[in-house]
Amino acid sequence: MAIVTTSNKSCAVNPLKMSQPIGAALAFMGIDRSIPLLHGSQGCASFGVVLFGRHFRETIPMQTTAVTEVDAVLGGEENIEQALLTLHGKARPALIGLCTTGLTEIRGDDVEGVLKNLRAKHPELRDLAVVHVSTPDFKGSLQDGWAKAVERLVEELVPDSPGSAPDAHSLRVGVEKWWQGGVMLRGSEEMTRINLLTGPHFTPADVQELREIVEVFGLEPIVLPDLSGSLDGHVPEDFRPTTLGGIGLDQIRAMGSSEITLALGESMRPAAAVLERRTGVPFVVFDRLTGLEPTDRFLDLLSKISGRAVPGRLRRQRSRLVDAMLDGHFHFGRKKVAIGAEPDLLFALSTWFAEMGSEIAAAVATTPSPVLEKIPASEVLIGDLEDLEDRAAGCDLLVTHSHGRQASERSGIPLLRVGIPIFDRLGASHQLSVGYQGTMRLVFEAGNVFLANVGEKHPPPFPPPQGGRVRSGRINA
Amino acid sequence: MLSKVAEVFDEPGCEHNRAKSEKDRKKGCARPAKPGAAAGGCAFDGAKIALQPITDAVHLVHGPIACEGNSWDNRGSLSSGPMLYRTSFTTDLCENDIVMGGEKRLARALQEIVEKYDPPAVFVYQTCVTALTGDDVEAVCKAESRRLGRPVVPVNAPGFVGGKNLGNKLAGEALLDTVIGTEEPEYTTPTDINIIGEFNLSGDLWQVKPLLARLGVRILACLSGDARYREVAWSHRARAAMMVCSKALINVARKMQERYGIPFFEGSFYGISDMSDTLRNIARLLVERGAPPDLVERTEALIAQEEERVWARLAPYRARLKGKRVLLITGGVKSWSVVSALQEIGMVVVGTSVKKSTKEDKERIEEIMGDDAHMVESLPPGEMYAMLKEARADILMAGGRSQFVALKAKVPFLDINQERHHTYAGYEGMVTLVEEIDKAIHSPIWAQVRKPAPWDIRM
Repeated sequence: MAIVTTSNKSCAVNPLKMSQPIGAALAFMGIDRSIPLLHGSQGCASFGVVLFGRHFRETIPMQTTAVTEVDAVLGGEENIEQALLTLHGKARPALIGLCTTGLTEIRGDDVEGVLKNLRAKHPELRDLAVVHVSTPDFKGSLQDGWAKAVERLVEELVPDSPGSAPDAHSLRVGVEKWWQGGVMLRGSEEMTRINLLTGPHFTPADVQELREIVEVFGLEPIVLPDLSGSLDGHVPEDFRPTTLGGIGLDQIRAMGSSEITLALGESMRPAAAVLERRTGVPFVVFDRLTGLEPTDRFLDLLSKISGRAVPGRLRRQRSRLVDAMLDGHFHFGRKKVAIGAEPDLLFALSTWFAEMGSEIAAAVATTPSPVLEKIPASEVLIGDLEDLEDRAAGCDLLVTHSHGRQASERSGIPLLRVGIPIFDRLGASHQLSVGYQGTMRLVFEAGNVFLANVGEKHPPPFPPPQGGRVRSGRINA
Repeated sequence: MLSKVAEVFDEPGCEHNRAKSEKDRKKGCARPAKPGAAAGGCAFDGAKIALQPITDAVHLVHGPIACEGNSWDNRGSLSSGPMLYRTSFTTDLCENDIVMGGEKRLARALQEIVEKYDPPAVFVYQTCVTALTGDDVEAVCKAESRRLGRPVVPVNAPGFVGGKNLGNKLAGEALLDTVIGTEEPEYTTPTDINIIGEFNLSGDLWQVKPLLARLGVRILACLSGDARYREVAWSHRARAAMMVCSKALINVARKMQERYGIPFFEGSFYGISDMSDTLRNIARLLVERGAPPDLVERTEALIAQEEERVWARLAPYRARLKGKRVLLITGGVKSWSVVSALQEIGMVVVGTSVKKSTKEDKERIEEIMGDDAHMVESLPPGEMYAMLKEARADILMAGGRSQFVALKAKVPFLDINQERHHTYAGYEGMVTLVEEIDKAIHSPIWAQVRKPAPWDIRM
């Protein structure tokens, strides 16, 4: 629907985008006892620690290979070795996620070579998993880095075993048929385990909600990455220098024996495809899980996979969401909304706002994605918050991360904070916007912003306007 | 670049450096960050910290998205006027710019900025990637400065040359090379001073400015808290200077003394006696440079009045905080300047970190704390957690990085570094600090969150 254009400015003003390596690092933080290691200057990791620390309000176990000017010219291979040995000695992580940066990608350090040598030289590291992902800062965005890290985790940790999934072919066919028009997959007893690949647009609370929905159907979810275990803000019994929870390596290794993979977010499609290629586990992509209809489809598939009817408590949640939409739609109709976010989140939210009756007056993304052209707006721009602010003139609501606060102050347009970072509000980890419950919360939160900003009413102009035209935007505009 | 770094490290104004042998001095002061065990920002971060408080300028980061995109608007340096410094600018280099070189993009970016924002000056920050690919930021800045008719200041402090502190100093060099001395103030007074190395975090400078105003002392320029570009440019006309943070911009203070004959002293706005010493030193230096001699008496009168006032304000807290144990993990000046204030109201400092402190700082701590000086060289988070969990302190005062170590151990925490929300500078700042400590320690949540759930007690 939308025409996707790229800003032709030479200077990004008020960036919307963050870099690939920290996106990859965040994905690695969804794994139990892990430490992301940024192969670059110490600042690369330090900025990530501060950014995520302010967002999650948690200690961020991110480290750096601390590449100096001399290392950058002569090669930072030794730094990798030293960092891995130091971290292993100090923190005993199960996994180190090694993310390159712009600095180390330019010279092209032979990371795989280093890792191979290191394994030979240091047998004591045999229990340490190291997953290397190439994430130059001068390409892509946080979402791309996250997606690449998940893909690499699957490549490195899930054993190659095509066809190990029971009856992979017929399930694949079944999934496609369901997708096209819906037939019962099969109601077998042994179908218990399913993979969920979660994109970076889900909060720990979203991940938790999705897991619980899956469990209600008697299915056992394997969630990769699982931020709900590590960055959900809980108080552990003891100090740990690594992540405080998340998916275990054993669970990742067992993903090949799941019945199906649900790729949640378009950005998770490549990882799901790799998993299918390696293990034969078929996959379905849910490009959004916010809203009535996508949640219906999600539950419908879970019901068919599990052979169980949708449980009563989810039906009740659905009914509550329907009621919330009925109550709330008055305040959403024809409202003009300007959204800036990573592609998966942008798609989910803009589609949902449109489904509530609002108009997506401006949509700005960070990086290309197949979902962008499906966004219900005339144009989607790959740009920055200056672009969003310019296009948001006359809008009723600004939807982006906390860096939108200055634009909101200048323009007087209220800001709904979504995505990363949210550093000037509490509870970023617990913001729920998936499933019936998450969508209902969103109806209330966004609806309340509209309600709170109605402003003073004034007498209408007289004589009233002539001619036939559908009025759009605010009544007062 | 390497020669500039070596020059900055060989700082004759630094006692620590002077005490070293010739050979050690050549090695520089860099404690290279250890791979896998590094904490803290890079030189670029440090340069940005030192210059971004110049509020009416544009700060343009020449590099890929990481350097600016991941870090902008993350410090609480406040402005009393222009807000342009809080707008973020970066060339956001993509693969093509890396292959073809980013100089043209930088030049175009500067034109866009001037067309849209018309700033009095632009600071351009070099980053690791552009330094490695060899973009000549200095040349572009020079050419564009001429074409755009305004200062375009190159800041050559790519992240990989060292830590934040080095970046502070390299930013100082950029000011010395291209900014300071390029404009003249409309008028000068015999009581004009510079404050060097004060970044007005949470409004620290604003706590002090009115006190100086009462003495008739004018801040000609602050480097760089709440500064305007022109003020920095004419700062060479000050009569005296105060250097605030012991290690940030010492090179600027020393070189301004050499070039323009501006004497300086090192002081602090933290702590009551330190604040008083600072006022005394300002008065002394100004009188030495020809200010009216009665400034000294007027200063003493102000000090007496303010100290009396602040002690009266603190008195109610004495009973509430007496004997409470503080673990103080910060750096440099704050390690001793806060200690004395806390002791003055009866708190017990059970440990203070000296990782970032100079030899002088450590001597001061010993002087203040005597045999009780529990100086901690480094306290890894695991050990800090254990210490707090065993309830060996009633409150942790530290930087944001340690916040969750304390909170997960269910121990009160107070942020006294850059992310803090309150100003603790000046006399009134001490009252705020003590009030915040009191609020943190006596929050009713501690009793609740420390109490196990009923089913855990039963077990």
